[in-house]
Amino acid sequence: MATIEKDSVSGQNTTGHEWDGIKELNTPLPKWWVYVFWATVLWAIGYWVAYPAWPLVNGYTKGTFGYSSRGELDNELAAQKKARSAWLSKIEASDVAAVEKDKDLLRYAMAGGKIAFNENCAPCHGVGGVGAFGYPSLADDEWLWGGALADIEQTIKFGVRNTNANARASEMPKFGADGLLKPEQITAVSDYVVSLASKAPAKGSAGETVYAENCAVCHADDGAGNKDLGAPALNNQIWLYKGTKDAIAAQIAKPKHGAMPAWSERLDASTVKMLAVYVHNLGGGK
Amino acid sequence: MATPKIDPTLKKPAGDGDGPLYAETVMIHPRTVKGIFRNWKWAALIVLLAIYHIAPFLRWDRGPDAPSQAILADMTGRRGYFFFLEIWPQEVYYITGLLFLAAIALFFMSSLAGRIWCGFFCFQTVYTDLFMYVERLVVGDRSKRMALDRARWTGDKLVKKAIVNAIWLVISASCGIGFTLYFGDAPTMLRDIFLGREDSAVYGTIAVVGGCCFLLAGYAREQVCLYMCPYSRFQSAMFDEHSLIITYEEWRGEPRKPIRKTETFEGRGHCIDCKMCVTACPTGIDIRDGMQMGCIGCALCIDACNTMMDKYNLPRGLITWDSSANQAARERGEKTRIHLVRARTIVYVAIIAAVSGLMIFGLSSRKSFDLAVQHERSPLFVPLSDGSIRNGYTVKILNMVREDRQFELTVSGIEGAGLAVVGGQASGAKAMLQVEPDTVGTYNVFVTAPADKLQSKRTPLYFTLRETAKGGSNRLESLFAGPER
Repeated sequence: MATIEKDSVSGQNTTGHEWDGIKELNTPLPKWWVYVFWATVLWAIGYWVAYPAWPLVNGYTKGTFGYSSRGELDNELAAQKKARSAWLSKIEASDVAAVEKDKDLLRYAMAGGKIAFNENCAPCHGVGGVGAFGYPSLADDEWLWGGALADIEQTIKFGVRNTNANARASEMPKFGADGLLKPEQITAVSDYVVSLASKAPAKGSAGETVYAENCAVCHADDGAGNKDLGAPALNNQIWLYKGTKDAIAAQIAKPKHGAMPAWSERLDASTVKMLAVYVHNLGGGK
Repeated sequence: MATPKIDPTLKKPAGDGDGPLYAETVMIHPRTVKGIFRNWKWAALIVLLAIYHIAPFLRWDRGPDAPSQAILADMTGRRGYFFFLEIWPQEVYYITGLLFLAAIALFFMSSLAGRIWCGFFCFQTVYTDLFMYVERLVVGDRSKRMALDRARWTGDKLVKKAIVNAIWLVISASCGIGFTLYFGDAPTMLRDIFLGREDSAVYGTIAVVGGCCFLLAGYAREQVCLYMCPYSRFQSAMFDEHSLIITYEEWRGEPRKPIRKTETFEGRGHCIDCKMCVTACPTGIDIRDGMQMGCIGCALCIDACNTMMDKYNLPRGLITWDSSANQAARERGEKTRIHLVRARTIVYVAIIAAVSGLMIFGLSSRKSFDLAVQHERSPLFVPLSDGSIRNGYTVKILNMVREDRQFELTVSGIEGAGLAVVGGQASGAKAMLQVEPDTVGTYNVFVTAPADKLQSKRTPLYFTLRETAKGGSNRLESLFAGPER
């Protein structure tokens, strides 16, 4: 039990607490400090009245200020939309080439395109257009349907192999599954394509003949491909479905075909333009 | 009062014995004194308030994009301006350095001459002094003010209190407005504030700063020093026996006793217990109890006591500004000396010199531009159809002067590496990049390198930025990613 005693120096009472001979004086708190405390309590009550505070059975007290965090978000979004509309209408009114030439529009389109890309395109093509097995890389310099700005815009707008009337479409025959080539011919031509890719075509091989008769129509004699048909180049190390001999043979026997939605059906024109500019500037644009 | 008292003749502090749980706040009405320290305090008040109110109106050419103001914290433009200096947000350490210097200067001041900051220069002291002056003009000196506080609420009291509070409000408003003028173009802001055209944030700031000024200087006064300010609590850590503090010459003053005209000072102390020092004190303490937390070092008790000493033809300085070591020496009749150079003050000066030196070095070697390079992580690298490898970088160029500038960006470290810039001009390993005045230019840069020149996975790559007109340059090491080999 603490003993309260009078301190001889100050004449004040102690609290009765003592540590190593040091006794604590019982100095009263100034009264105004207590008033400040009560003022903060009153302030809190004011908050209950002014702002949403108490949960009720069916909802909550709304507060006299009519504040809600949802409403605040709506206001901010509306303000953002208003701020953006000047830029977006400018982008909508110009063609993509003009957007890319204008320094300020380019900066805006790159930022807006990046956000739209990450929301809509990155699930397949990867962040930064890195690509994946079956999903072409948009950062390298090989393009199935053309890497010029207008080509990219066209591809984004109408997509690939979908129900849109303007969609890019092409189909490689199922050389193996439909019996167009014999298995040994597929093996030979696969060998030839591998040699094409390493820039040392196996001249005079059996594969070369098969290639010239069946593949060169679309993929060109030297394997450069044909962008109008969506036929990929075979004479480099960039492969959508892997570049090993087995993967090439599988693609010849029973080809896989990717599809892409027509984004003009889902996104507005200015967003498609910003996407085109962004993709064109991922590094590989022609 | 929370400050301990020794004098048994004085009223016991509240809370004594079975006293109340909470202490009543008694409004302190100090007596007006005349003397040298009072004059110094007026001088400090005038000079400080003049600096505070005039400084935002000093002009300095800042070009078309910023207000031409010498001292300006431009929040929306994210710049700090101080005459020839322009501080960017990432250079906030200069302000840290300034605050650090201010703190050490305060310690230095205190170890030399006690709490002269508190007593003469602190804004709480300055505004409290001004507010008390207003009270004295309208109501009168200590006794009249105390009488008015005690008086019943009559028309006369109401008028006097209203006038005092109205003048206080005007001063507080000028304090609040003066504060906001450091954050925008002062002349236009001042006009817009009075025309009601300013932002609600400005009026809010004026209300908060002015309201604090009104409450703290008008009503809280010494309570701020006693209960809110941390400085009074650690002042003793800066003092030693050679620090000059406000002190009572107990050896000469005691035993104290009131004196009649017929009596002499034989066999008694020089203190006549007139309590002039107590009534002059703005925090209401008795300095004769020795150094204490409530003493803000304003020296008004010295002025008050000297007036009485002169009246009785006694030597001045019964209450004086002296060190405790000197007081002990005087008591023994030995020679006194003022020790300014001590280990403590030397350390403080050394720290001040070191920090200011560092800051001056930093400011004088401050670059007018800076380069930041961030390697793109998705994709880390892109194999191109010709077998070469490409990497992406985000290059940020900070153009910290008010001119449109051309920069030459080059890459080195990998043979045959080439540059390409989105929306910029590049040839080979060089690119010309233009950055607008006083902004950060951000460029997406691609570097292409032949695969056979790369080490496995990553190769060091160097970016060099050269300012074409003046030729300063900045080099950064980054990396070039490639396939594992």
